[in-house]
Amino acid sequence: MKVDQLSIFLENRAGRLAEVTRLLSEAKVNIRALSLADTSDFGILRLIVSDFDKAREVLKQNGFTVGRTSVVAVEVDDTPGGLHRILEMLRDSKVNVEYMYAFVQQSGSNAIIIFRFDRTDQAIEILHQNKIPIVPGEKLYNL
Amino acid sequence: MILDVDLETLPREDLEALQLRRLKALVARVYENVPFYRKNFDEKGLKPEDIQTLADVKLLPFTTKQDLRDHYPFGMFAVSRENIVRIHSSSGTTGKATVVGYTRRDIRNWGRLMGRCLAAAGLTSQDLLHNAYGYGLFTGGLGAHYGAEELGATVIPVSGGGTRRQAMLLRDFGATAICCTPSYCLHLAEVAQEMGIDFKSLPLRVGVFGAEPWSDSMRKEMESKLGIMALDIYGLSEIMGPGVAIECAKAQNGLHIMEDHFLVEIIDPQTGENLPAGEIGELVITTLTKEAIPLLRYRTRDLTSLNPAPCRCGRTFARMKRVQGRSDDMLIIRGVNVFPQQIESIILETEGLSPHYQLIVTRENNLDNLEVQVEVDESLFSDAIKNLQRLESKVQKNIKEFLGVTARVKLVEPRSIQRSEGKAKRIVDMRNQQA
Repeated sequence: MKVDQLSIFLENRAGRLAEVTRLLSEAKVNIRALSLADTSDFGILRLIVSDFDKAREVLKQNGFTVGRTSVVAVEVDDTPGGLHRILEMLRDSKVNVEYMYAFVQQSGSNAIIIFRFDRTDQAIEILHQNKIPIVPGEKLYNL
Repeated sequence: MILDVDLETLPREDLEALQLRRLKALVARVYENVPFYRKNFDEKGLKPEDIQTLADVKLLPFTTKQDLRDHYPFGMFAVSRENIVRIHSSSGTTGKATVVGYTRRDIRNWGRLMGRCLAAAGLTSQDLLHNAYGYGLFTGGLGAHYGAEELGATVIPVSGGGTRRQAMLLRDFGATAICCTPSYCLHLAEVAQEMGIDFKSLPLRVGVFGAEPWSDSMRKEMESKLGIMALDIYGLSEIMGPGVAIECAKAQNGLHIMEDHFLVEIIDPQTGENLPAGEIGELVITTLTKEAIPLLRYRTRDLTSLNPAPCRCGRTFARMKRVQGRSDDMLIIRGVNVFPQQIESIILETEGLSPHYQLIVTRENNLDNLEVQVEVDESLFSDAIKNLQRLESKVQKNIKEFLGVTARVKLVEPRSIQRSEGKAKRIVDMRNQQA
């Protein structure tokens, strides 16, 4: 149920982001979703890609620090209150959202949101109990 | 093993008697043969016969690197050119090169002392030494080479550079020991890793590292990461080259100085006054046996302290502490004395940071700014901003707490700090260029 997210350490210098996209493009890896967190000195680029292992390999070979993080892709009703309902049930169980970002494509009529939880397994259980659809990695990479 | 048991374990009294005998002969020799010293003695009204005890060494003049430069290239030699069998020279990046010469006996002594060092590091004739010190004018390569041969070990004269090939040879030949600068060894291990060669799986068991300052925390890091015992060796070309002092594998607690050949003192670098044992100051060396270029009270600029107590390895030679810095490397940041090694220790004690760092000093509005750039360690990389920021502020806080200066800590991408094939460049001081 978990999705592999690639996290990349980037110095805050011109051209570093473009270097990542160049390498991925040359390796024919498709970026499915991304989010960039930044401070004044450095940033962390988070990516969901079509081929995790290939992307990690090519980035590592070119000297980037990369990490693997387990995230959860949740289908959210594309209606008012859709996201709120999910956050509420997590709050009630004291699961903390470290960060989240939206996936580019929809799954049917639902939006897809990528979540990084502090307690991933527990979060998945709660979502299951509440019958909230979760998109498995294999499906997500190839959407 | 102790290579020269009779000498290396001499009771202090006998050692001092030997030193005094050699000192007297040395003083007579330089007065006779080196115009620079003769002139200096005459100006002071000093006669070689005035040196009657070891303490009288204080009467002798200091020799500095500048004196060697002023007599470039051969002006300080005490023997005629036909007796010189080898020349070495420093790189001369910060001024004129310093040139040193060796007689046949000097070379023999050097090989023997270096052999003693390798023996103290636990090497025997069974060992295979990967010698990655540069061969050439630099004393490192040939110095270690002759020492290994003296000991009967198998030496692989790989010299510097060609790192991928070095990693391959390390694996294929199965070297049990390596000699190089500590920063190069780390670089080599990284490159090997990329090639799928794990240092820990190699037969390599000991590293003899020198030619640049490093810290105890860096030692710990290297020992656990590379699976070897890391020992510190000391030397400088003006005095001889590598082999002046070495840490023994048994105690790993201070570097034994080859006192039968070198008379050492610790002085206050500002006043030139001698300091008592245990106090940190500048190391001053008098070469007792050198023939080609004997030096009186050479100011090494290296800061250390001496421990005259015999070691549990059996050696009686005094031990110098790992070099704490150089009196000319010292950074003065807003009036506070800072040595790169102090910052290195703090970085290495912080989990998640690599030993690759650089200090950038700039001046803005007449105020010094210190920026510490450190590479993020792959193994502890976190995708959460707050964890990385916590690392930055932890280092910043420790620098403030232990050194009393405010530094800006900046995490940088791995390999963005230039790797050295030789000595690591730790400091970029831009204050003079800006002024």
